[in-house]
Amino acid sequence: MSGYTMRDPTAETTAVRRNRIPPKAVLANATIGLLSISKERSEEFLDTVEAQLTKRGLKILRYAKPTHTKPAPESVIQDIVEHCDVIVEGLAD
Amino acid sequence: MEFLVVLKRDCETCQLVEPVLAGLRDEFPLTLYSQDDPTFPEGLGGALDDTSLEKSWRLGVDTVPTLVRIENGQEISRTEGWDCAEWVRVTGIKTLGEGLPPFQPGCGSISVEPGMPERLALKFGALTLVSRVIEVDEMDDPAEIAYDQGWTDGLPIIPPTDLRIARMLTGTTRDPGEILGAIPPNLIDCTIEKAAVNAVMAGCRPEYFPVVLATVEAALKPEFSMHGLLATLWFSGPVVIVNGPITKRIGMNWGGNVLGQGNRANATIGRALQLIIRNVGGGRPREIDRSVFGNPGKYTFCFPEDETDADWTPLNVARGHAPGTSTVTLFHGDGVQGLADQKSRDAESLARSLAMGLCAVCHPKLAQWSNAILVLSPDHYNIFKNHGWGRAKIEAALWEALKRPGRDLITDAQGIGVGIDPSRANEMVDKFHPGGLLVVRAGGPGGLFSAVIGGWTAHRKHEEVQIVSKEIGT
Repeated sequence: MSGYTMRDPTAETTAVRRNRIPPKAVLANATIGLLSISKERSEEFLDTVEAQLTKRGLKILRYAKPTHTKPAPESVIQDIVEHCDVIVEGLAD
Repeated sequence: MEFLVVLKRDCETCQLVEPVLAGLRDEFPLTLYSQDDPTFPEGLGGALDDTSLEKSWRLGVDTVPTLVRIENGQEISRTEGWDCAEWVRVTGIKTLGEGLPPFQPGCGSISVEPGMPERLALKFGALTLVSRVIEVDEMDDPAEIAYDQGWTDGLPIIPPTDLRIARMLTGTTRDPGEILGAIPPNLIDCTIEKAAVNAVMAGCRPEYFPVVLATVEAALKPEFSMHGLLATLWFSGPVVIVNGPITKRIGMNWGGNVLGQGNRANATIGRALQLIIRNVGGGRPREIDRSVFGNPGKYTFCFPEDETDADWTPLNVARGHAPGTSTVTLFHGDGVQGLADQKSRDAESLARSLAMGLCAVCHPKLAQWSNAILVLSPDHYNIFKNHGWGRAKIEAALWEALKRPGRDLITDAQGIGVGIDPSRANEMVDKFHPGGLLVVRAGGPGGLFSAVIGGWTAHRKHEEVQIVSKEIGT
């Protein structure tokens, strides 16, 4: 050992790696959340997705980030976690 | 009453006062400390060993000899060098120094030689760094370890040793433990110490550090939307424009090749911000940073404005800061687009010409979609100046020339799909949002061309994404 040391420039945190919830094998009776990121045509895209999924008898809940320029607020994320089984996030430039 | 004297053999004045010290010791208890050789002064049987410099550092000695008078364990007074009248005042012995010249300046204390105060602060516990220690085996190369750890932007870094960090921290009056703010995307609190570690790696000198700190704080303003800028698919990254006296004090380059390589301050301040976002915030390309292309400015993009012309209103003053204030202004910018006009000789023609080039930002058929910086070269500026035009008049003329008929820009107009909403066909449409065009003077002489730095497409959400400024502290 030379005695040469440096200091860690990082946050020195390690994110807990969590496994993703497996996708539902069957969508019957699932509640589908549609999250618009609020880009110009996100709504248009998600309207189409909603129409397709509604035809299949699925329950749809709509969500939107206030702006695509910032992360979704915690309250929006918690609403989705509480009420939805599946989430579709819409980009749609 | 007792006395204490710090001296070193390698100092003619310390040798000169040896008989004075003998006289003083006859009257009062006297303790001598030698910084370089405890056998000195031989005539007095030597001194206590202060080659570690701990006593000198704790006493705050700048010059040797330093004479300190102590009563009841407290310092009452002190003097430096050899000034007979001062020694008489401090000791109260009127006959002190008879036969010696009345005055001879002392020598610099070893404890204040360049780099030594930081070394001693670390050694004697005045500065305790709390970042995790990374040990480097003698067979390893610290620069390679930095790569292996994922700390770098692809270019080599300066290894952040304790001494280098301590020196960086001398650039600010702020406490190393103070929190600057939460760095996106992981929103991890960044201390002054962590900023210093990354500023060392970026290659900054301590005197740049207040600029780095102001830059980080500006980037963390919510209206700057640093998270979104990091995550965007678009080219943009933070562009730092520095104004005020500090640009000259730290040797920034606003002249030839201002937007290129070669100046340490320009190059490393912008890089320090990027490394902090990478290392503290966890923002890495091809992870949260989703940019399709990026741009070379995402290594570093920082430059000062040329404020050498007294007729020119600096950018920060135009944005509301007091004249003479040092500031950073942060813009969400892409690469550099050259704009040549070697024919315009009158101000009106040149303003229209530059506006024509600016219309291409993001796309010629888009409006109020992304902002821009126009970097005005000295030769182009001289045409305006010769016609009596300053910042206000140039900006007003550009603003007018940047209005275009909506019918030319709407979707599908000119056989091109991209465009503005068809409902605006009968409007005269502004290219930028108010305040969205920054005119900055910089660059070297010899070219009748200027530079356009296009902005982030999220500028279309002009209430959510704003250009920000911050005063540079200490």
